[in-house]
Amino acid sequence: MKQLYTHFGDRIFAWALLLLALGVVVLAVLMAYELYQGGSLALKRFGLLQFALGKEWDPVIQKSFGAWPYILGTILVSLSALFLSFFPALAAAIFAAEYAPRWLAQIINFLLDLMAAVPSVVYGLWGIFVLAPWIRDQVQLPFYMWAAEHAPWLLPLLGVPTGYGLMTAVLILASMIIPFTAALARDAIALVPKEHREAAYALGATRWEVMRMAILPLARGGVIAGAFLALARAVGETMAVTMVIGNSHKLPYTLFGGAATMPSVIANEFTEAVEDLHLSALIAVGFLLFWVSMAVNFAAAYILRRQERLVKGVL
Amino acid sequence: MAFVERTLERDLALRRRYRKERFMMGLVALGTGLAFLILFLVLAYALAQGASALNLDFFLKDMRPPGETGGGLRQAIVGTLIVDGLGLLIALPFGLAAGILLAEYPDHPVNPYLRLLSDTLNGMPAILFGLLAFILIVKPMGGFSGLSGAFALGFLMIPILARSTEGVLSLVPKEIREAGLALGLPRWRVILSLVLPTARAGIITGVLLAFARAAGEAAPLLFTAFGSPLLELNPLKPMDTLPLRLFAFAISPYEDWHRQAWAAGLVLFALITLTSLLARWASRRRF
Repeated sequence: MKQLYTHFGDRIFAWALLLLALGVVVLAVLMAYELYQGGSLALKRFGLLQFALGKEWDPVIQKSFGAWPYILGTILVSLSALFLSFFPALAAAIFAAEYAPRWLAQIINFLLDLMAAVPSVVYGLWGIFVLAPWIRDQVQLPFYMWAAEHAPWLLPLLGVPTGYGLMTAVLILASMIIPFTAALARDAIALVPKEHREAAYALGATRWEVMRMAILPLARGGVIAGAFLALARAVGETMAVTMVIGNSHKLPYTLFGGAATMPSVIANEFTEAVEDLHLSALIAVGFLLFWVSMAVNFAAAYILRRQERLVKGVL
Repeated sequence: MAFVERTLERDLALRRRYRKERFMMGLVALGTGLAFLILFLVLAYALAQGASALNLDFFLKDMRPPGETGGGLRQAIVGTLIVDGLGLLIALPFGLAAGILLAEYPDHPVNPYLRLLSDTLNGMPAILFGLLAFILIVKPMGGFSGLSGAFALGFLMIPILARSTEGVLSLVPKEIREAGLALGLPRWRVILSLVLPTARAGIITGVLLAFARAAGEAAPLLFTAFGSPLLELNPLKPMDTLPLRLFAFAISPYEDWHRQAWAAGLVLFALITLTSLLARWASRRRF
């Protein structure tokens, strides 16, 4: 094979390919560098640690910028959404891969594709006009009334019953990230060798026992990698979250209350940022977001590679 | 007697196991239903609310100023196609080249990095691509523009194209390459004249899916394409797209704009579904 590369045309072709393909590398490096550069004004002013852990975000009066409310908001929203979505997603994957008849499995797969393809603004639209009012009227207000009568000390914790807040965002986000976990889990379950199932059935296991003892342990890596990918989506999801989370600058201290996430604060304030320091602080939030996503994605990729090796080793 | 007791015991254990089996099956079915609950609700509402605002005007007229009823979203529909199309043009050479390199030169030293970075960029928040386009294009050009939005979407599409192209090329049988090499064709001719044409349908599928994915994005366009109330064909000026307009209408206080937001959602959804269906159809066909 080596000598094939020495053909003159081949060398040119391979170099041209390489040059263009390095666009991917350049894109990643450029993103890290430009976000750092763009945010450096704020990062240098406050220092990375103080910027990340500062609780005050006040672009108007004090001109101080601490990203902690948004970092905490992102952590709360994305982890809760992951927690809520994990079991339905796993159930859908198990159902599609093992239990459903072919036609039903195909419908489920189609629905998963569809769910991933619905634009996030459409989820957000539904959140604004359907879910938020519903949560306000059916959940928050009754809760609020009850607390006003029986436990007034609870009231500040409940916040203002507007329907917009962490809980609404979490519900929508959970639904949006289901296809990412489900698709990877389904593929991982489908990759488990037939012999494993057959051996377990031959021992007299029920279908659920086969799933739990023979299939899931082998598919575990794929399931976890799917959860990480879903988490990465949740961390970066912007529009739907921005539309329903209430966009509060304060630290989120209750499930009902308003909050903001790293992407949502960028989306909300970027076009309004007139001062250099404000703009730079928003880009610095983007810089932090970049590294958080990088870490989550790296973890997913690592787990997936290991999973692939594991299944190949079994075969 | 001991024998009877043992049988009874075993019977009970078996019954317990079957009960558990039924219970878990029920849970799995329930979970599957729950997984699609919000999707169904969203689609049902979009259909119910959006259909009433859909008429010919919606496609043929620009939006009306606040408070006035009627009008359409022509400027957003055309803008979506232009910004997304330009983005695809920007992404295509880079994405395809990366995919070909990954699949056809499996032991190229940059491949592990290329693959890892493509995967990571694939999972990057879309809004970061918008920030990058803002810094690289909007700032130096001194203003928002459709072109900067196209760059944001293009950045977003590069890793998607790279991975889908790699996937499709790796499905091309080795024999096709061997046949070409055996005839004495240089490697680049084998790739260009044999491998790529064989995989054409799959590559088109990947391109369409990348297009569909970018068509629904609003976040990276908020501060690049920015939006415009009138039809704009010059990519150096701010441009409207459907997701952008939907967002602006959704947070507005006007009843009529809310209706149009649902209609925009419906059209956007139809556009994306059609593109995906086209992609599926393309992957089955040989060109």
